Amino acid sequence: MFDTDELVINMGPQHPSTHGVLRVVLRLDGEKVVDADVVIGYLHRGVEKLSESRSWAQIVLLTDRLDYVSAATSNVGYCETVEKLMAIEVPRRAKYLRVILSELQRIASHLLWLGTHAMDTGAMTVFLYAFRERELILDLFEEYCGARLTYNSMRIGGLPQDLPPSWDRKVLEFCRIMEGKLEEYETLLTGNRIWLARTKGVGVIDGAEALALGLSGPPLRGSGVRRDVRKDEPYAAYDEMEFDVPLGVAGDTFDRYAVRMQEFRQSIRIIRQAMQGIPEGPILGKVPRLIKPPAGEVYHAIESPKGELGFFIVSDGKSTSPYRFRVRPPSFCNLQALPRLVKGHLIADVVALIGSLDVVLGEVDR
Amino acid sequence: MADVKVAPPAGPPDPPPPVDLPVPAAIAGLQSAMPGAVLALSFFVGDWTVIVDRAAILDVARYLRTASGAAFDICSDVTATDWPPRPERFDVIYCLFSTTHGQRLRVKARVADGDPIDSVTSVWPAANWLEREVFDMFGIRFSGHPDLRRILMPDEWQGHPQRKDYPLEGPGELLLENPLDWLKLRQARDEADIE
Repeated sequence: MFDTDELVINMGPQHPSTHGVLRVVLRLDGEKVVDADVVIGYLHRGVEKLSESRSWAQIVLLTDRLDYVSAATSNVGYCETVEKLMAIEVPRRAKYLRVILSELQRIASHLLWLGTHAMDTGAMTVFLYAFRERELILDLFEEYCGARLTYNSMRIGGLPQDLPPSWDRKVLEFCRIMEGKLEEYETLLTGNRIWLARTKGVGVIDGAEALALGLSGPPLRGSGVRRDVRKDEPYAAYDEMEFDVPLGVAGDTFDRYAVRMQEFRQSIRIIRQAMQGIPEGPILGKVPRLIKPPAGEVYHAIESPKGELGFFIVSDGKSTSPYRFRVRPPSFCNLQALPRLVKGHLIADVVALIGSLDVVLGEVDR
Repeated sequence: MADVKVAPPAGPPDPPPPVDLPVPAAIAGLQSAMPGAVLALSFFVGDWTVIVDRAAILDVARYLRTASGAAFDICSDVTATDWPPRPERFDVIYCLFSTTHGQRLRVKARVADGDPIDSVTSVWPAANWLEREVFDMFGIRFSGHPDLRRILMPDEWQGHPQRKDYPLEGPGELLLENPLDWLKLRQARDEADIE
């Protein structure tokens, strides 16, 4: 009597829950997703091509704008790659400062993830609470480098400036506040029946498939795979830090959420250790005034809040710009798994899964 | 931003490894299992690179994924570099990581303009979007790819932006990087309107 067809619905690129200009073309059977085609490129600014005509120091500013939610980590990744290429020794104090800023950035990025993910699934209160705490971190960064979002906080060889007075006291005060707030978020979400119904069993992927599909960061660790660049290939001062790598079990949205909630606590732990053990000394290593790396290629990866952020840089040894500047964006590779994750779920789960993967379109499109 | 016209580099230096440095087991295994595939080895700032024959890339990928001494289960990145003076102008680079051995490896294959290269999506599904981006940006076709179409640029776009002969400002546009150029352009337009 009734004719049932597959319905093709377009989600985005302008959509409140797609975390940026992301377009997902959904093929639906009723409300169940049969297939999804992810269309990206709306925020493609040609960072890789642009970098080929910018000097090595100017590119730090471009890396800010890749993953604009966690700019300091992109800065660290790029600077470390060039330092590896030029074999520059970064002073120990600079390494510790990089760890502190990266972990503060991880907390800030995860707070934004928590706020937007919860808001997309309907928990509006968490959004305001998370952003209230994010403001505290943004204030800390503003005191350090003057900017709230695009920091330009790293230089090749170290950092541009040392810590402002009593900044360390403020950071430790923030850590104390944050621990109490984490309990607040957990109270609102973790035991909440509605949250559990929206996240348990949604987007289940097992470890081997997640690894094969190129997932990294919390989406991979949520499926139980113990892969963290900070532990496997330590950089900055992470080899001197003691921290755990939280793992999930079921590989569903709830486990990815739980992994990130635990990562908050581990980040606070790392910040406290680093603040305690930070050595005195210079913050910028011996770097020539005009940066001209030797000819060659290098790939270096760091653990950004989204996953494995890698930089592949080719230098021709003669010019003041890279010959090839490639960013391996974790959000791009994580987003690849979205069609596999949403199959068989409802439209509302698509929104939950985009939030669970924690994609930033600036990084996906570059 | 170099105003001096220097000759474009003809290719990456790919320095060979020092003779007293032991070759990692994965590479040694690859060389013995597939004698003709490995064209050269390179070692630079702690990274090993294997340059392989383009035709053998799928077999090399399968070996590196499955052999117990290699076990490269993570394909971190697939990308390409354009070296215009070289007859085989593109270098397709695969950055691999092994979780069991904690090792990294880069595999490079040289591809000429118009030549296809086998897709490794059957070995590492992670390479799907990465190869799409290489196709979009460089125009290298991956044979056997399940869904080879543009990913960052619009579907109907002509040209491949990351090629060295593609202008930074886009085809048919003016590169106005200096604000004074913008002013001059606006003045010229205003004067034309007055006439």
